[in-house]
Amino acid sequence: MSKFNVTRRGAIKTTAAAGAGLALPTIFTSSAYAITNNPTGGSVTLGFNVPQTGPYADEGADELRAYELAVEHLNGGGDGGMLNTFSSKVLDGTGIMGKKVEYVTGDTQTKSDAARASAKSMIEKDGAIMITGGSSSGVAIAVQGLCQEAGVIFMAGLTHSNDTTGKDRKANGFRHFFNGYMSGAALAPVLKNLYGDDRKAYHLTADYTWGWTQQESIAAATEALGWETVNNVLTPLASTDFSSYIAPVLNSGADVLVLNHYGGNMVNSLTNAVQFGLREKQVNGKNFEIVVPLFSRLMARGAGENIKGIVGSTNWHWSLQDDGSKAFVKSFGEKYGFPPSQAAHTCYVQTLLYADAVTRAGSFAPCDVAAALEGFEFDGMGNGKTLYRAEDHQCFKDVLVVKGKENPQSEFDLLEVVEVTPAAQVTYPPNHPMFGGDEASLGQCNNGA
Amino acid sequence: MDAILLQILNGLDKGSAYALIALGLTLIFGTLGVVNFAHGALFMLGAFCAVTLQRLLSLSYETIDETKTDFLGNPLKVKTPYVEGWFGPEVGGAIIDWAVPLSVIIAIPIMVGIGYAMERGLIKHFYKRPHADQILVTFGLAIVLQEIVKYFFGANPIQTPPPDALLGVVNIGAAFGLEIAYPIWRMVYFLFSVAIIGGVFSFLQFTTFGMVVRAGMADRETVGLLGIDIDKRFTTMFGLAAAVAGLAGVMYGPINPPNYHMGMDFLVLSFVVVVVGGMGSLPGAVLAGFMLGILESFASTTWATTTIPGINQIIIYLVAIIVLLTRPRGLMGRKGVMED
Repeated sequence: MSKFNVTRRGAIKTTAAAGAGLALPTIFTSSAYAITNNPTGGSVTLGFNVPQTGPYADEGADELRAYELAVEHLNGGGDGGMLNTFSSKVLDGTGIMGKKVEYVTGDTQTKSDAARASAKSMIEKDGAIMITGGSSSGVAIAVQGLCQEAGVIFMAGLTHSNDTTGKDRKANGFRHFFNGYMSGAALAPVLKNLYGDDRKAYHLTADYTWGWTQQESIAAATEALGWETVNNVLTPLASTDFSSYIAPVLNSGADVLVLNHYGGNMVNSLTNAVQFGLREKQVNGKNFEIVVPLFSRLMARGAGENIKGIVGSTNWHWSLQDDGSKAFVKSFGEKYGFPPSQAAHTCYVQTLLYADAVTRAGSFAPCDVAAALEGFEFDGMGNGKTLYRAEDHQCFKDVLVVKGKENPQSEFDLLEVVEVTPAAQVTYPPNHPMFGGDEASLGQCNNGA
Repeated sequence: MDAILLQILNGLDKGSAYALIALGLTLIFGTLGVVNFAHGALFMLGAFCAVTLQRLLSLSYETIDETKTDFLGNPLKVKTPYVEGWFGPEVGGAIIDWAVPLSVIIAIPIMVGIGYAMERGLIKHFYKRPHADQILVTFGLAIVLQEIVKYFFGANPIQTPPPDALLGVVNIGAAFGLEIAYPIWRMVYFLFSVAIIGGVFSFLQFTTFGMVVRAGMADRETVGLLGIDIDKRFTTMFGLAAAVAGLAGVMYGPINPPNYHMGMDFLVLSFVVVVVGGMGSLPGAVLAGFMLGILESFASTTWATTTIPGINQIIIYLVAIIVLLTRPRGLMGRKGVMED
């Protein structure tokens, strides 16, 4: 008879066992931290924790390029980039306080446990005195918590959830990137000008911390304009085909679709929405519109033609014409052959800001560095005048409202800036309900061992 | 009514991809007895055949446009595809525009070749090894394949748009006075899937080769005793299964832009489809593929998600549990197949 000896039970059991094995956490240990926050040798090590594998690996690669460039500039190499335009002049190209800057890298894999494990390894094994990077709010919040416990400074990379500097803010964590509330506050007036104040919005939202806070912020900002939020549907992060979520939009009476999605989710949901002809549709006597609150050029490339004419917000764009942006684009472009992304920009700036704070504080001790960053006002880094607010460690600066370009001149020329929203318009009180209210607290700064 | 029909169409569409992948999985299950965790990777490789052809057709030469500048202020390099240079902008442009359908032609030999190479080069050495080894080696192979693709194509999705003529939506309910606007390419994908499924069934049903394979699936030893080299035919079936998954991937590109991870996204669901359909049952795989596609589609409607929050995320597994409890061999599983 047949020589098959695969059994259904056996196959399912083996599959489950294999799956369980693969899902095991990377590191089980929870030993005490052993950190050196007072580097005594001739060098100092920074830990760049970026997604090198997984869905955000391209953004991670761009972040790493920016970090390498920042290290080069701090050590006196290259053309100096933003060191020449930065309003603070204490950095002189001799490393940080005369110590040569070295770095180690970790792979967050865009998974919280893997990111914590790689950050922990860089702190404990490599002696990294500062951790920076990442391309996801879930990861940023997880690593920020670890750095707080470990007593090192965390300079967040790309993280847009309100929670990072809201209810999950930490004394040792700092964010230069903007957030969901700021996107809403910047977008709302532009949306009113473009589409009017009588609109019905349907939200599709990625089902995790960033999506929730993003949706809450945009809904609040647009409802304040007079828009009605018809529905908000949470979509699993692992979704690939959004057609079954798009179809109900057609019969909902909505005339605007807000896609609170990022990365692959955004590319796919936008592609599906355009496929279903939403952009050619007329509802309530108006043209149907699509809004993508958080734009990234790297993601816009994935969405191709579909991005044209779609409005969103971004932290920074390479086409800005201020001196800081031009200096950074020149350094980056000449070294790598293409313009930097917003992820690269925020990571580069965060590294310089850390180095500057250490130098101004005259100490590597995290609490001294934190004190130097708190309330620090600076300029020349591409976003105009910027404040690192002491109460929540969030940077307040201008926000860009952008639109997918109709006639791109090159493969990088995908977004055009339609408005630079001034910082004052996106500023909120530190105890804002969307940011944890009165209960949100930075806690105590931790100087580590 | 319109909304219900639209969700059925969506389900058929998603179900098409599940059915095609599950069909290939079942073919490999049924013939070689291997649980092929690399099958999703074959779907992904198919999609990247289209990406590769699109890139090859778009290979360009550069000319300098002194009137414009690039982001560094240097004179802009304007790229013109070679095919447009050779055949003129109209014909050349049309060739690039039809890259995805054209990819079907190149994907068939490439995917059959990859299938052969996979089976002869790696998987055949694991026939006599424990099933855990087979699962691990095919899963490992899937990871290797997707990392190779990521190395060359990056981690972000890559647009592979359909031809302009097949862009847009068509109101397929117009004849019945209904408003069912559905994307043309999704209709094409569904019809293409039906054609492929029909082709595979006809091949197995109406050719001598197919008859021998079916006999081998039912009783491999006896067919071998008749002097037929069944292993060779089974290897061919592996190639065929790879081609089916690959073609499903090629045509899926315009629906959702391919990325290196797309195979894994479909793999687990396709295994559930195989189990629900009945292990080793080809019609079961197809039926379960379409059925679960439609159920998933309905579970994502606003009505369903507000009635039972989270139903969209668990519906497929819920149905799998119910089916396995009530019909342990799956919907169309036969007694004796894959059982001790």
